[in-house]
Amino acid sequence: MDILSLFVVVPVLVILALVFTKDLRQARVISMIGGLVQLGMAINLLFAYFRERAVNDSVMLFTRDLVWFEQFNIHYNIGVDGISVSLILLTSIIVLAGVFISWKMEELPKEFFISLIVLATGVYGFFISIDLFTMFVFYEIAVIPMYLLIGIWGSGNKEYSAMKLTLMLMGASAVLLVGILGIYFNSNADGGALTFNILEIAKVNIPFEAQKLFFPLTFIGFAILGALFPFHTWSPDGHASAPTAVSMLHAGVLMKLGGYGIFRVAMFLLPAGALEWSWFFIILSATGVIYGAFAALRQTDLKYINAYASVSHLGMVTFALLMLNKTAWNGAILQSLSHGFMTALFFALIGMIYGRTHTRDITKLGGLLKVIPFISVVYVIAGMALLGLPGFSGFVAEMNIFMGAFQQDSMFYRVATIVSISAIVVTAVYVLRVVGIMLMGTVKNEAYNNLEGTTWYEKTGIMLLLIPIVGIGIAPLWISNLIMESLQPFIQGVL
Amino acid sequence: MELSSFLLMRHEISLLAIILLLIIAEIAIPDHKKSSILHLALLFFGIHTAVGFLPLAESFLFGGMFRSNDMIHFFKGILNIGVFTLLLQSAEWLEKNMLSQERGTEFFILLFASLLGMYFMISAGDFLMFFIGMELSTLPVAALAAFEIIKRESGEAGIKFILSAALASGVSLFGITMLYATNGSIYFDDILTTLTAENLTILGFILFFAGLAFKISLVPFHFWTADVYEGAPIGVASYLSVISKGAAAFILMILLFTVLKPLMYIWEPMLYLLAVATMFIGNIFALRQENMKRFLAYSSIAQAGFILLGLMTGTQLGTATVVYFVTIYIFSNLAAFGVVQAISTQTGKENMKDYEGLYRTNPKLSLVMMLALFSLAGIPPVAGFFGKFFLFTAAASEGYYLLVFLAVVNVTISLYYYLLVIRAMFVRKGEAPIPFFENRLYMRLGLLITVIGILALGLYSPLYDYIYQLSTFLN
Repeated sequence: MDILSLFVVVPVLVILALVFTKDLRQARVISMIGGLVQLGMAINLLFAYFRERAVNDSVMLFTRDLVWFEQFNIHYNIGVDGISVSLILLTSIIVLAGVFISWKMEELPKEFFISLIVLATGVYGFFISIDLFTMFVFYEIAVIPMYLLIGIWGSGNKEYSAMKLTLMLMGASAVLLVGILGIYFNSNADGGALTFNILEIAKVNIPFEAQKLFFPLTFIGFAILGALFPFHTWSPDGHASAPTAVSMLHAGVLMKLGGYGIFRVAMFLLPAGALEWSWFFIILSATGVIYGAFAALRQTDLKYINAYASVSHLGMVTFALLMLNKTAWNGAILQSLSHGFMTALFFALIGMIYGRTHTRDITKLGGLLKVIPFISVVYVIAGMALLGLPGFSGFVAEMNIFMGAFQQDSMFYRVATIVSISAIVVTAVYVLRVVGIMLMGTVKNEAYNNLEGTTWYEKTGIMLLLIPIVGIGIAPLWISNLIMESLQPFIQGVL
Repeated sequence: MELSSFLLMRHEISLLAIILLLIIAEIAIPDHKKSSILHLALLFFGIHTAVGFLPLAESFLFGGMFRSNDMIHFFKGILNIGVFTLLLQSAEWLEKNMLSQERGTEFFILLFASLLGMYFMISAGDFLMFFIGMELSTLPVAALAAFEIIKRESGEAGIKFILSAALASGVSLFGITMLYATNGSIYFDDILTTLTAENLTILGFILFFAGLAFKISLVPFHFWTADVYEGAPIGVASYLSVISKGAAAFILMILLFTVLKPLMYIWEPMLYLLAVATMFIGNIFALRQENMKRFLAYSSIAQAGFILLGLMTGTQLGTATVVYFVTIYIFSNLAAFGVVQAISTQTGKENMKDYEGLYRTNPKLSLVMMLALFSLAGIPPVAGFFGKFFLFTAAASEGYYLLVFLAVVNVTISLYYYLLVIRAMFVRKGEAPIPFFENRLYMRLGLLITVIGILALGLYSPLYDYIYQLSTFLN
């Protein structure tokens, strides 16, 4: 068994083991062990990658190629570069943190953890795929458990949110399917065989007309998952209704599939289409960045605030990708990672606050710093990271994005960049607004004086997410290098 | 002509033998032991199915009237598995309701007679054999639809079916006579050489096509579908939607890709429009169905629309993907109907609302249903996804990107109503969920076969490769 296939096999084994569990205790222990093993595998992969990269300079490492459907030239073809390794690491950390946060999942625990791990399997599979078909399969595997996760274990208007989210994301994959088929049937433009292999297609000069037609389909197909304005509407509703761990996993990892797919498929394979259409999507992304920020400013529900913040921050990812230079791309990947950790942390904290106070309305909360200091302090730290304070991961990412963006010196790019940057100010306002209303001041509700303290599993979950945020912020270079050297094929292919 | 050459009709002969044996058994077995007929029929048909997979030569009989090749042989095998599964799923219903009225044997005889008709239909080498086969496959189903004589809906379904079927057959026959008039032959091979696009030929083709479109329930020939499915016994509805539709789609494909290939410029745009209409109308009507049988009826209309995507291509890739899709569809739909059958036999409940909270009381049934619906909706890793993806690939290979786009829009619409069932089973708790019940061995076996099919057909790629290999006969 190769080092990458394990990322699909181990979760499947965990699922099989979970089938035989009888109650919550067994289910969570098995999930935790599975999560720990995956985290160990991810860390091992990181070091193995560094070792291998030193002696091997091919685009993808640890590749493995098995023919699946010979007729269509579909392969189970896997491999990783620095970008996927970092995202796999992100996934494994968030999955483990999600298991800890769901420690008290009373209702149908077995089914909950199984669905959660199916989702994780899809995500791992997506990040290791080099074959478009395999990638697409994993994409859908990652999306469909969301319906059950929100529908069964969600809260509020959960049936509506679950349906909306699933239909929009599956609709996205439907659009994407047309795009992928378009790429596939043009992959023989240079006289070779039809193929789904991303690395092979990247070498082919797909005719300009086809690129112009299929780029927007592929782009939008992925961008809906990345909550690109105006296709973001599933995200606030979905996140607000989802249980905590699902919000974490979804905002932290699943939405990253969007940015990754845009970069690896839409832009890498259809560079001319990207150039042709970039103006249009830059407008959408910049609108999303500023719109998300202002929308977050108006909300009083903690989850909605964070969901709109995600729209804003993931808008920056697409924005940076479309800036078409190395610095901005590096920023985009860093932003994906950083946002993954931060938003997962936020959702975890919101879940803890809600679990204690039974409300997510900030106007009903107040003075939490006095009654649940640990959670509140971490909330402030996460808020600082979100608004881009130096020393945290958010700063490094946004710094790179806007440095890259300013390298484009035409009027259009300047305006778009300035619009996007102004969102940082708004971010500071909505973060501080929440901190001010919810954490500072006097305790609004007498009952809040006896709130339960933080338990060990909550602390573990929090620390798992907090360490990388600070880690990337203080020592960004190693991860930046990891990403930078993997950008080389993109620079050759796209620019 | 040697006697052994008749072995080309091995499927037909063996099925006929089973029918005769059952008639003898009906006479010979005393009344109080009648339930053994059920086991006997299942045993016979099980052997028939298993033996059917032994290899068979490619040849023809009666001067080309009857022909068989590997693809036809394979498809008969698939139909056999389908019917066998369906019988397993219907066994308990038969035992409970029909054997007490001493009408078990008729059910098998009628069903097998209809299947025999399908065999002849897909093996036909000329229009006469084709028409006889089609009639033989249709008429017994009318009796089957009206089988629950104590229910008014069942009788209504029978009447509706026979009236529409008679009209469709008549129209189809009229079309065949026109084709004969312009070509002077009813043999497919002769027509292939003489067929030209005269107006009369085109008219004949269109009328002929309408007859088959009725069987596949394409829009606008779909009006009978929902009513008949709702009134007929579930096993029969399942037979109509799975076996009958599958066989009709298969023979339509063979005819379009061989005999009627010269008219491709006519039927290509025609199928385009029909595909769009069928997908949209089937899906939109399915959205608001409450009764599970009506729900599956509209869902199966929509699925027929997807089949047309592959039929339009006229290539080997199209053939392979259509057969692959139909095979997967047979298993998926049988699984869905099987669960409906199980619940209906035990509790008599057939509405979506009754399914609320099913997962908490009957988790296994709910999971089978979920697999079936995911497969119908086309969600990986179950087989339906691969079926649809390849079908769309075939359509895209001929440049029909717009049609593929419309199809994927429909996949998303269809996902909505499939999720409604999943919502009822998993998300809602229900006021009075169906209490836990234990399924009988036959039903469990019937569901197990479908589940294996749904899982294996997609992930295990050699099956597709095998089908692709078989589909070379067209070129």
